[in-house]
Amino acid sequence: MDSVTPFIVLSAILFTIGAVGVLTRRNAIVVFMCVELMLNASNLALVAFAKQHGNLDGQIAAFFVMVVAAAEVVVGLAIIMTIFRTRRSASVDDASLLKY
Amino acid sequence: MDFSKPTIEYAQLWPMLVVFGVACLGVVVEAFVPRERRYLTQAALAVVGLAVALGGSVWVGTDLKELKGAGDAVARGKLAAEGTLAVDGPSVFIWALVLVFAIGGVLLFAERRLEAGVSAFAGQAAALPGTEAEREASTRGLDHTEVYPLLMFAVGGMMLFPTANDLLTMFVALEVLSLPLYLLCGLARRRRLLSQEAALKYFLLGAFSSGFFLYGVALIYGFAGSMQFADINEAVRNDTSNSALLLIGMGMLAVGLLFKVGAVPFQAWTPDVYQGAPTAVTAFMAACTKIAAFGALLRLFYVAFGADRWDWQPMLWIIAILTMLVGSVLAVVQTDMKRMLAYSSVAHTGFLLTGLLGVQAASALGKDEITSLQAVLFYLATYGPATVGTFAIVTLVRDAGGEAPAFSKWAGLGKRSPLAAGAFAFLLLSMAGIPLTGGFVGKWAVFAVALSAGAWPVVIAAIAASVISVFFYVRVILLMFFAEPDRDAGVESAAVTTPSLLTSATIAVCVAATLFLGVIPGPVLDLAGNAGSFIR
Repeated sequence: MDSVTPFIVLSAILFTIGAVGVLTRRNAIVVFMCVELMLNASNLALVAFAKQHGNLDGQIAAFFVMVVAAAEVVVGLAIIMTIFRTRRSASVDDASLLKY
Repeated sequence: MDFSKPTIEYAQLWPMLVVFGVACLGVVVEAFVPRERRYLTQAALAVVGLAVALGGSVWVGTDLKELKGAGDAVARGKLAAEGTLAVDGPSVFIWALVLVFAIGGVLLFAERRLEAGVSAFAGQAAALPGTEAEREASTRGLDHTEVYPLLMFAVGGMMLFPTANDLLTMFVALEVLSLPLYLLCGLARRRRLLSQEAALKYFLLGAFSSGFFLYGVALIYGFAGSMQFADINEAVRNDTSNSALLLIGMGMLAVGLLFKVGAVPFQAWTPDVYQGAPTAVTAFMAACTKIAAFGALLRLFYVAFGADRWDWQPMLWIIAILTMLVGSVLAVVQTDMKRMLAYSSVAHTGFLLTGLLGVQAASALGKDEITSLQAVLFYLATYGPATVGTFAIVTLVRDAGGEAPAFSKWAGLGKRSPLAAGAFAFLLLSMAGIPLTGGFVGKWAVFAVALSAGAWPVVIAAIAASVISVFFYVRVILLMFFAEPDRDAGVESAAVTTPSLLTSATIAVCVAATLFLGVIPGPVLDLAGNAGSFIR
C-alpha cells in the first residue's frame, strides 16, 4: 500500500512543474510541452492508483489519455505552425491583437 | 482473467452514433467528391444527419422507461455501454437542444451570399495571409468544406459530454468536443491574424484546463477506486478518511468544467475567442458548448458529488456571484459587439450557476415548484436561440472590410434596416430578461430555485447583475435607434447585407422561439420537468 506513495508524490511534482511552465514560459511550443507534462503526470498518478486499488480502470484510462494527447498534439502543432508562419514568431506574448 | 463481450445499447445510443457516423462520412466525402460538388454534399449531409439525430433523440426520449426505487425523484432512462453512459431524461433533453442549435450553426456555416459567393471560412487555411497563394485561393473561390465534418465531430462530443457516466468517458468527450472547435476558431476568411490568435489562445488555455481536469480524474479515482459516478457517490458517502484527495480532485475537475462554460476566474479566453473566431463558429460554440458543459457539470456535481454538496456549494456560491458581476461590469465598457456579447455570455454563465445552487430533491419542493435541474435546462433552452440569433445578425452588419462589429458603425442602424435592428433589439431584451421574452422566464426560474434553497446572497447579486446588464443591452438599442452616425469623425457606418434564406431562416426561428418561450413557456417547462432527474 505504501509503495505507491512515492509515485503519487512524483506525479504531483511533475504536474506542478508542468503547470508552472505553462504560466511562465513564453514560447508556444514549450508551453505546449508543459501541458503534455501535466497529462503525463496524470497518467503516472492513474497507473499508481490502479496499482493501489488493484483494478485495471486506471491503467486503461492511461491508454485513453495517450491517444487523446496524441490527437491534441496534431491539432496543437497545426495551430502553432500556422501562427508561426504568419508572424515568424511562436512567442505567446506577440499574439496580442485581441485585448480589452 | 476473463473478458466478456460488452453490451452496447444501440436502441438508446443511435442518435449519437448517427452524428459520429456522418462526421466520418464527411471526411470520406472530402477525400473522394470533386471540389465543386463538396459544398452542397457536405452541407446537405450535415443538416440531414443532424435532423435524423434530432428525430432519433425525440424518439429515444419518449421511449425512456421510468426507474423505480432509488431516491424520491422520478427518473427515466437506462445505463448504456456497461454503465459508462447514462441515457436519461436530462441527457436526451440536452441532445435535442444541442442538435437544434447545431442545425442553426450549419445553416450559418453554409451562408455564401454575404461574402459574394464564398463562405466565411478561409479559402485555404495553409496559405499565409497577404501572399500570392492566398489571393489565388480567393480568386478561385476556394472554400474549406472540412468545417462541416469538424462541426459534426464537435456535436458528437457535445452529445457524449452530458451523457458520460464515468470520468474517463467525460474526459474523452471533453476533448472530442474541444479539438474541432480549436480548429474552427482559426479558419476565418477575413481578419485572419485575429482568428489564428483566437485559436492559439483557446487551444493553449483549453489544453491547460483539461490538464487540470485529468489530474482531478486521477485523484478522484485514487479516492474512490473507480471512475463510475455511482461508485464515487458511494465512496463520498462512506469514506471520510481521504477527504483531502476528494477536495483537491473535485476542485480540479471543477476547473476543467468551469473553464468550458467560461466562469470567473476562468473567463479570460471568452472575449478573445468569441471576437476572433468566425462569427458563425462563435454562434454555434457559444450556444452548444455551454449547453453541453452545463449538462456535464450538473451530472458530475449532482450524481457523483451529490452527497458532498456542503463542500462544493460554498465554492460555487462565490464563483456564481463573481461570474455574474465581472461579466456584466466588463460588458459595460466594451465597444465591440462580439466582445460585449462574449462578456454577456459570461454573465449568463453566472445566472446558470445560480440555478445550479437550487434544490435538487423533488421531495423538498412545494406543489408548483421546480428542481434546479429543470430550471437550468429551461434557461439553456432560452439562452440558445437568443445567442445564435444575435451572432447571426452580427454577421449581417457589414462595411467594405467585412463584418463591422464596432459600436461606432452600428449607430443609426435602426433607421436604415429596421427589421434586422428590431430583431437584434428583441433578442437583446430577452438576454436582459424583459417580460414577454424567453430570457425573463428563464431568469425567473433560476432565481426561484436558488431562493427556495436559501441561496439569497447569490440571488441578490444576480438581481444586481441583471440591472447592470439591462443598462448595456439598452445602450446598444439606443445606439441603433436613436443615435446618428458620427459623420465628422470619418467613421463609415455599416449597413445590413441581405443574406440568403439560410441565415434569415435561422434568425427568424430564433426570434420566434424566444417569443414563444416568453409568452407560452408552459410546454417547454413541462418538457424539462418530465425529463426528471439524473439516473445513477
